[in-house]
Amino acid sequence: MSGARHSLWLGGALLIAAAAVLLLGAGVGSTGFDSVLHARHDPVAWQILWDIRLPRTLGAWVAGGLLGLAGAVAQGLFRNPLADPYLLGSASGAALGVALALALFGTTPFATQWAVRLGLTGAAFTGAVIGVVLTLALAKGVQHTLRLLLAGVIVGVVLGAARDLVTIASPDTLQAMQGFMLGSTGFVGWAACGVMAAMGLAALLVAASLGRVLDGLALGEATAISLGLPLVAVRAVLVAVLALATGAAVAQTGLIAFVGLASPHLVRSIVKTTHGRLIVLSALMGGLLLMAADVLARWIIAPQELPVGVLTAVLGGSYLLWLMHRRRRPGGGL
Amino acid sequence: MPAALQAQGIGVALGGTPVLHGIDVALPAARWTSVVGPNGAGKSTLLKTLAGLLPHSGEVQLLDRPLAQWRGRERARRLAWLGQGEQGADDLSVWDVAMLGRLPHQPWLAPPSGADRAAVEQALRATQAWDWRERPLGALSGGERQRVLLARLLAVQAEVMLMDEPLANLDPPHQADWLLLVRELVARGKTVVSVLHEIGMALHADQMVVMAQGRVHHQGACDDPATHQALEQVFDHRIAIHPLGDQWVALPR
Repeated sequence: MSGARHSLWLGGALLIAAAAVLLLGAGVGSTGFDSVLHARHDPVAWQILWDIRLPRTLGAWVAGGLLGLAGAVAQGLFRNPLADPYLLGSASGAALGVALALALFGTTPFATQWAVRLGLTGAAFTGAVIGVVLTLALAKGVQHTLRLLLAGVIVGVVLGAARDLVTIASPDTLQAMQGFMLGSTGFVGWAACGVMAAMGLAALLVAASLGRVLDGLALGEATAISLGLPLVAVRAVLVAVLALATGAAVAQTGLIAFVGLASPHLVRSIVKTTHGRLIVLSALMGGLLLMAADVLARWIIAPQELPVGVLTAVLGGSYLLWLMHRRRRPGGGL
Repeated sequence: MPAALQAQGIGVALGGTPVLHGIDVALPAARWTSVVGPNGAGKSTLLKTLAGLLPHSGEVQLLDRPLAQWRGRERARRLAWLGQGEQGADDLSVWDVAMLGRLPHQPWLAPPSGADRAAVEQALRATQAWDWRERPLGALSGGERQRVLLARLLAVQAEVMLMDEPLANLDPPHQADWLLLVRELVARGKTVVSVLHEIGMALHADQMVVMAQGRVHHQGACDDPATHQALEQVFDHRIAIHPLGDQWVALPR
């Protein structure tokens, strides 16, 4: 079928573009491409390349992939093109989880140890699950889109306030949390990459394998039930996947907005396909978007750098406005 | 004639408001039954209840077994349901939408089998949607979309098929095609139950359930004068049933 063929082409193009941006990312920095060219003979250049630039650029790709995946799952699960990990309380819950972990265990988001990265991911995952469950409870299910989004906003504000309270109560985490709130890949090392990749692979396998259920759900809950799909169990699993993907990304890179929302839209504007393929392609698109944004954030005002979360918020916000403008036009869709 | 679906004392409340009251109905196997009645009579609610999609009091039996005792996928293979104006899935291709009808037959994670592909092709050809199989559902007109959704129902190859307003958006030639298709299905031993607003089309069925105010007002053969009388009654005598050749037509008074 042509949808499969187009999806394969798009997937290949996204991988090639990601490889190109990875190369670019390895060369962007105060020492430029010199570090890449001299890495084999110069231990300092090697250290810059291997310990700093490569893990952070690859980390941006994996974190973006997690957010893109979470966005595609959220939009399919809630049958809503505006659903996004940030609008369903999962990101604010994850941020609260990280703030609590930092305050209680006195750790730092710059830590590179595996145990710390896993601990932060666990705290973020727990917070994300709580955020989504609170949103669903407040919205009394997922049937009413407006109520769901409103509940997500309320939960986001309340959990955000709780996070601020935790941060203020532990002044020594204030600086770390500020960097975290702006979103940054600056403290992503190989341990963070490994944790995100493992979580991402698990989330991708589970979500893509449930793609056919999301296809059935696309025609409505009643149709899905009439097809014998176990909706209650599948919803619980997909909410866990959503929370795991968001939690893993937020724990390692902080709050990075709009990647989850924009990635599935961009994929759908190029290819119309099943949810199984959409989830994989959205992950690839999210990875490319965040990696490109990260390189841009390091390059625009070099040798200083912009927090990548600020850049994605500005670019993503503009994209959302454009989508809304298109929606008002005859034939424009969201 | 054994009943494919049987409802005893069915009551349904939606949002706290009672919608169906003590419905007793038996829908014969290998026959076409049409369900008609004025707006708000509870036709769609009855169909959804018979499909096991709504919580209810009383008991529904599918093929002589209580509906609650059927496992989800097993029930889905025996009973297929087409909802009223199903929305969404605009990004899926026509082929993928029709393939959803095979979900109850497919093992978890297994790709579609040869039998699945054959069933989908047969269904798409039966509704004349085969030529657009690669187009996204969202790119089709209302009538074309309805034919694809009908193909999704046919692809299930269930013994019992429930259709809620299957003629919505279909032009007269395709309504006539649907009629032929239903007759062919019944001739092959399938049970078809359809909610219809087109009384003239509904009168082509074998049986008719006439509903009003959440109750079954009458059930009988479509050529029975008592059925015609019941139809005229529930529509406040604003329509009259007349013979036309070997058919019956409903005309406004």
